[in-house]
Amino acid sequence: MSATSSAFPLPASGRVPLTLRVFAALDRKAWIALAVFLALALVVVPVLHLTVPESSTFHVSAYAITLIGKIMCYALVAVAMDLIWGYGGILSLGHGLFFALGGYAFGMYLMRQIGRDGSYGADLPDFMVFLDWKELPWFWLGSDHFGWAALLALAVPAVVAFVFGYFAFRSRIKGVYFSIITQALTYAAMLLFFRNETGFGGNNGFTDFKRILGHGITSPEMRLVLFGLTALTLAATLVFAAWLVKSKFGRVLTAIRDAESRVMFIGYNPLWYKLTIWVISAVLCGIAGALYVPQVGIINPSEMSPANSIEIAIWVAVGGRGTLIGPVIGAFVVNLAKSWFTVSFPEYWLFFLGLLFIVVTLMLPQGLVGLWKKIIARKGAAA
Amino acid sequence: MNAATLTAPHNEGPDGSAALGHVVTGELDLSHGVALYLEDITVSFDGFKALNNLNLAIDAGELRCIIGPNGAGKTTMMDVITGKTRPDSGKAFFGQTIDLTRLTEPEIAHVGIGRKFQKPTIFEQHTAFENLELAMKTDKRVWKSLMAWLSGDDRDRIADTLKLIRLDGEADRPAGLLSHGQKQWLEIGMLLMQEPKLLLLDEPVAGMTDDETMRTAELFVSLAGKHSLVVVEHDMAFVEKLGGKVTVLHEGSVLAEGDLATVQNDQRVIEVYLGR
Amino acid sequence: MKKPLLPALLPFLLWLTSLSALAAPDPALVRQLAADDNADKIAAIQQLTAAAEPGTARLLQAMADDSLFVAGDRLFIFDGEHGFDAVSGSAADLPEGADSVTVNNRLRGELSNALAALKLFDADRNARLNATRELQSNVGPELADVLGKARAQEQDAEIKLLLDLAYAQATLQDSDPAVRLAAVQTLADAPTPAIRSLLLPLTEASAESDDKVRAAAVDAIKHIERSLAWGDTLAGIFSGLSLGSILLLAALGLAITYGVMGIINMAHGELLMIGAYSAYAVQSLFRAWAPDYVDWYLPAAIPVAFFAAALVGVVMERTVIRWLYGRTLETLLATWGLSLILIQAARVLFGAQNVEVANPSWMSGGVELLPNLILPWNRVIIIGFALFVLFLVWVLMNKTRLGMFVRAVTQNRAMAGCVGVPTARIDTMAFALGAGIAGLGGVALSQISNVGPDMGQGYIVDSFMVVVVGGVGQLAGAVWAALGLGIFSKLLEGWAGAVIAKIMILVAIIVFIQKRPQGIFALKGRFADQ
Repeated sequence: MSATSSAFPLPASGRVPLTLRVFAALDRKAWIALAVFLALALVVVPVLHLTVPESSTFHVSAYAITLIGKIMCYALVAVAMDLIWGYGGILSLGHGLFFALGGYAFGMYLMRQIGRDGSYGADLPDFMVFLDWKELPWFWLGSDHFGWAALLALAVPAVVAFVFGYFAFRSRIKGVYFSIITQALTYAAMLLFFRNETGFGGNNGFTDFKRILGHGITSPEMRLVLFGLTALTLAATLVFAAWLVKSKFGRVLTAIRDAESRVMFIGYNPLWYKLTIWVISAVLCGIAGALYVPQVGIINPSEMSPANSIEIAIWVAVGGRGTLIGPVIGAFVVNLAKSWFTVSFPEYWLFFLGLLFIVVTLMLPQGLVGLWKKIIARKGAAA
Repeated sequence: MNAATLTAPHNEGPDGSAALGHVVTGELDLSHGVALYLEDITVSFDGFKALNNLNLAIDAGELRCIIGPNGAGKTTMMDVITGKTRPDSGKAFFGQTIDLTRLTEPEIAHVGIGRKFQKPTIFEQHTAFENLELAMKTDKRVWKSLMAWLSGDDRDRIADTLKLIRLDGEADRPAGLLSHGQKQWLEIGMLLMQEPKLLLLDEPVAGMTDDETMRTAELFVSLAGKHSLVVVEHDMAFVEKLGGKVTVLHEGSVLAEGDLATVQNDQRVIEVYLGR
Repeated sequence: MKKPLLPALLPFLLWLTSLSALAAPDPALVRQLAADDNADKIAAIQQLTAAAEPGTARLLQAMADDSLFVAGDRLFIFDGEHGFDAVSGSAADLPEGADSVTVNNRLRGELSNALAALKLFDADRNARLNATRELQSNVGPELADVLGKARAQEQDAEIKLLLDLAYAQATLQDSDPAVRLAAVQTLADAPTPAIRSLLLPLTEASAESDDKVRAAAVDAIKHIERSLAWGDTLAGIFSGLSLGSILLLAALGLAITYGVMGIINMAHGELLMIGAYSAYAVQSLFRAWAPDYVDWYLPAAIPVAFFAAALVGVVMERTVIRWLYGRTLETLLATWGLSLILIQAARVLFGAQNVEVANPSWMSGGVELLPNLILPWNRVIIIGFALFVLFLVWVLMNKTRLGMFVRAVTQNRAMAGCVGVPTARIDTMAFALGAGIAGLGGVALSQISNVGPDMGQGYIVDSFMVVVVGGVGQLAGAVWAALGLGIFSKLLEGWAGAVIAKIMILVAIIVFIQKRPQGIFALKGRFADQ
């Protein structure tokens, strides 16, 4: 909580422009790390993918780009989860819902972009033809416009989160009560999306995408554009989150986490603070979902399963909650382990994941970042 | 009008109004000299009446001590005043116009009632400075908090209060590391930063050394007049030091009221405290 | 298609043969059975049945069994070894080149009705009862005479009632309005969907000319619909009770552990799963070692499931949960990890597929309360079982020292510790108890749903909702909430479908919590929100 050395010397008080405050949110090291990350994602990876021949060890394969792009989306979700859990003390077990809503919203656009190239060669998406529907349901109107779909990917998670959050926080549902109710929420939504009549492709969801803005979705260039966009979004989100948690808003938020009644009695209404961070978190998940779907090429209701949502929490816990880099590290570690396990020892993945849940909560309450800090501190003390 | 005026007379309220004993913000109307007025308040939990037709009036600028055995309803009374518990029946007014039974906890804090809990409740992860910053009287809505940036005056006010509560050397330490007595003082400091008209203090000197207790008493006495104070306390030496009127609660209603000596000689009070 | 008659029927056939000397079916009609035209055949069957001469039953039975043959203008019955003359019933050799009388599906229907009608005169009460039951649907006017005759003779009240209904159905199309009116009035007391659709045409002027009959039909349909609605509602309530009792078994354990330790055990559903697999394991043991007593595996499985789940619960509490005391959200995650491990362990041990756990024979079938309300025994028994477990828990919590300690810790852990309650041991025992009850729930669940590694996952949310709605640490609250949620969701399901019902329940719970954050039976006072 104490002031860290910021990249720019700021006056301790007085009027300071917002842009400078945002710059001050990260220290010099963090800005350098962020710049290195962006250079890798926007320059090095594209060059290695496009110009280095496949036979070379330096070639970055399409598989690797998709995998890393996917994990960056997860990292974005993990940061969103950390804002609400690590800083707000509210454990959501339903964040997969907002991720999926963003994915579905953008997926509608991708379905419309298929045009007549579907199996039935019809104007309507294949699953609607299959259901013998004659025209688009009302909520599909406008989904052929990129801008509208992008707006929906932000607005739908925001509205759902606002409505649910307003009632939940207003009635002061907290702790495990809140967690379980969010789990019920995503579970109910999953059941709803499984129904064919709901109008989102039922079990199969959306897949077989062809293009975005008229460009082929599987072309190397599009893959790199999506990859770079994801990296940029992740970087921007980290800067935004750093500013948020360093602002007075962030301090009120952690105060609510630690002593909510005290916060109320000094005149803050926790409802609006919680609701704000809750909606921000949901929107970030929606963005992640919208970036995830074109890269992975499929979205279906299983993204809303309670197991998926609770896994997000373990990414954050593994990395270290209450820090911003922790969730990113956690998302990468757990998901890389997952892709290795599911190829090499598929039977043991759940044992490993289960143990991870137990070991991290029992022995690593501050996650890998906390462990790292401890090691550094011990070295410092020894030296 | 704010706490810092005690040591820093140059500092006026944020709206520029000079400290004039009472009446500053909002619609608080102390025109009849009554700051807090409770009438026939009843609160029951599963048939048990925690408060039973409680009547209480606190004058503007008054320092009132509330004593009573365990379960007399002292904490429940504070809960009613601060909006944590809604009474089953009865009226609770702040000044002439503000109906406390219709406001939420943050709204009550806004109209000018500050509360110190029995167990010191501070933000242990935040520094002492940040604790005071969060409590400071200002616009406490979300957008303002997002854009907030401390002004030089704000920093001075916080520094003054830190000095007043003798934590100026501990400004950047996480509050969780402070001693029990220091935490009590920090909570009192947070209360002062709120610039309330009415302070509710639940056992403020529990866990303090004798020296700290005496200094707390001096502080409270100096606050009276400009603020109304309601102090719940078991420590009779402390109550005596505060002077002021004493109210004895028993089984949810007022048993006796008057100065300490009168109350201590009341036969019913002796019975309640010593048993029959 | 040629099937020899069951040897068991032979004595009956011989008895029929002995009667044949006294009277016999009309030979002309018998010959008509082999007519080319199906309509003629049907007419012959109906007339033979109406006459109800002895020997007719045997003749028609032979026809239904494809054992009736025609050679020229004579008909023969051939049971695979011996031939008989179809009219006289006396032995006769089947001539070369005799053809089987062809019987199509429509004729088979006629024949089975006719045979049932003929059995109405059987000396055996059970045979008559079965025959009348068979005649409760699709009774055409052709049977009116024979039913009338049987009705006049019948002495047994139960059979007579059924005969009245069948007769009423047969006379619905009678030319005499008075007869039709009587029929409609009789049928008003038989509330089945089939009768309703039978009466429906009579409410229209085009099909029914008599005003009185029409009015009576309208009344009768109203009456039937009222009874049917009752049946549907009762059926909904019953399946709600049954769901509620399962929820109760799942939630009781959760309510105890949540009440005592303030933690949500996300692996609670897996304790149900362990109970269900215990039932499976005990069943397998019985099949291997005591196949004669396999019906009694279930009572044996109950203690096994209780102790298996309790043991797993103790291990969980000792190794993980104890170390997370006070950190409720972390406990949520750690117990989720436990549930993943338990699910995967079940997959490795028993395979990923569902396993088959059979109802014992004494649990199959059901009791029919109304024509559209059948209570299956397995569900009735599970409701009873849940009540029994509830009673045991109540006794344990309210009448024993352990229960007193558990209640003490639930209300104020610190104070309980101060007055010498061994809180750590109480935690373990409460956890074991909660786990064991979940195991019992698993046994119950194994009788009505699939048993597989994932089966517990669906119950954690529902059972937590029960705890939320019921109020923490409140046995009575859990009971009302479980039954209420069960019944409410089943009734909603019937009305809006399972998915919408689930969503509506969730919304209702959120609204409910707005009004009563502490549940139906709230602990109030200073400690309530600490």
